[in-house]
Amino acid sequence: MLEVRGIHTYYGLSHILFDVSLTVNQGEVVCILGRNGAGKSTLMRSIMGLTPPKQGSIIYQGREVTGLKPHLLARRGMGYVPDDRRVFADLTVGENLEVVARPAAGGRGWDKERVYEFFPPLKDIDGRQAGYLSGGEQQMLTIGRALMTNPSFLLLDEPTEGLAPLVVKMLAQQIGRFKDEGLTVLLAEQNQEVALSLGDRGYIIDNGVIRYQGDIQDLRANQEIRRKYLMV
Amino acid sequence: MDATSHITLASLAQQVLVGLSRTTILFIVSSGLSLILGVLRIPNLSHGSLYMIGAFVTYSAAVFIGGSTGFWLALIIAPAVVALLSLAVERGLLRFLYDREHLMLLLFTFALTLVFGDLVKLIWGSDYRSLTAPPLLQGSFDLAGLPFPRYNLFLLLLGPLVALGLWLLTNKTKIGKLAKAAAVDREMVAAMGINVSWVFAAVFCIGCFLAGLGGALVAPTQNITQGMDHTIIMEAFLIVIIGGLGNMWGALLGALIFGLTDAIGILVWPQFAIVFPYVAVVVVLVFRPKGLLQSTW
Ligand SMILES: Nc1ncnc2c1ncn2[C@@H]1O[C@H](COP(=O)(O)OP(=O)(O)O)[C@@H](O)[C@H]1O
Ligand SMILES: [Mg+2]
Repeated sequence: MLEVRGIHTYYGLSHILFDVSLTVNQGEVVCILGRNGAGKSTLMRSIMGLTPPKQGSIIYQGREVTGLKPHLLARRGMGYVPDDRRVFADLTVGENLEVVARPAAGGRGWDKERVYEFFPPLKDIDGRQAGYLSGGEQQMLTIGRALMTNPSFLLLDEPTEGLAPLVVKMLAQQIGRFKDEGLTVLLAEQNQEVALSLGDRGYIIDNGVIRYQGDIQDLRANQEIRRKYLMV
Repeated sequence: MDATSHITLASLAQQVLVGLSRTTILFIVSSGLSLILGVLRIPNLSHGSLYMIGAFVTYSAAVFIGGSTGFWLALIIAPAVVALLSLAVERGLLRFLYDREHLMLLLFTFALTLVFGDLVKLIWGSDYRSLTAPPLLQGSFDLAGLPFPRYNLFLLLLGPLVALGLWLLTNKTKIGKLAKAAAVDREMVAAMGINVSWVFAAVFCIGCFLAGLGGALVAPTQNITQGMDHTIIMEAFLIVIIGGLGNMWGALLGALIFGLTDAIGILVWPQFAIVFPYVAVVVVLVFRPKGLLQSTW
């Protein structure tokens, strides 16, 4: 599905990602774990074309997409849920979903009704301005918004960050259902529990460098590496 | 005291109505400027030039077609021509500058004012033109003993229609909603698969259409001349600033303040009438430096 080959990403002059490579296979949930500031969001932004890498290449669905504009990547089935929520604050919940809607290539796909079935709390606040939502509601909305574009590959950047435990549990449960929907997911998380319960494979990133990669079972077993790179 | 002694209630009412009708044109032009400012974040200095082109094209189209029909068609043709011109400029040049710093964009629109100014000189020469409204809109009718020009009534009726149209456009259409989203977070809109560049093109085009419409509507009320771009762009910017940058209702409020103080100034102290709206602007900015309504900046 996705292959990132040795990318280097910068913000202006500051070099953030160093020779980062990773692979995500069709149907997998792959986690990127790392401390705050490790470069998880930058990696997500690099893949989505928002902060294109200066070196290296990104192969998506068998094609080289390095440097492609974000809207074109989105149209090829990349869905993006940013780390800082970023709902369209001036629009209502329903409008947030409607304006980005893109019909699925085949099958029923996602529409507003289905997103509301998936996240029932959103249904009751359909007409509310998105700027006035709680953190959990905003997170459901950004995920729902990405689903409305009917992605085949979803980038989820710290969806549980700063949310109440009960909301985290609900979100984790719903994210777990994406696999059954046939969605391939790249999930950035600081919350190890969530990542370890959802992922098939995991990467650990620290200071912009990939330090570890392996199956979730191995990562779960390997306390030492987790302590080294993930403890605050 | 002497200067104000001739004011009667009827003349005040009449002057207020005249002021309100002038407000219509100010509102139409400023709302276009504000729209572009709010969504694209570009202070379009050439907005006044497009207004001027709108007026000249109205003249030429009305004369070419002739008769009442000529005038009515010109009211549609002129803004459409201006919108097409702006679309060509946006697709051909402006869109390559969206990622550049503000100063570049400002300089670019300044360059456009020079180009458009010369374009007008080239096509229409440096003589002024004047256009008469069709018979239906000529003359006055009686308003409590004082004459009220029909054309002003026409403007008064049109103003709310344009405001309603703009409201529907920004709140009820997909392009309007996308524009509102892109005004705040264009990156996120792009990440959802929307080509923000085309959203901007549409908004720019609509904003410039409004400049052209303002020019078309003003055409029968004054001489159509070189230099009419300077006056309007200054007024429009002041209106947008006192109303709140990028806020459509702010443009309406600002235009009302500007138009009404201008009209009342003419009544109270004709020699210095021009000062009144500027004093109003200063007063507003002293108390509300960021404008009356919430700015989208
Ligand atoms: N817009 C930016 N400009 C400059 N530096 C940034 C920007 N965003 C993030 N950084 C820096 O890049 C590094 C990685 O940040 P980020 O990718 O957000 O980490 P994470 O998502 O893992 O917390 C941090 O050192 C951060 O300070
Ligand atoms: Mg982050």
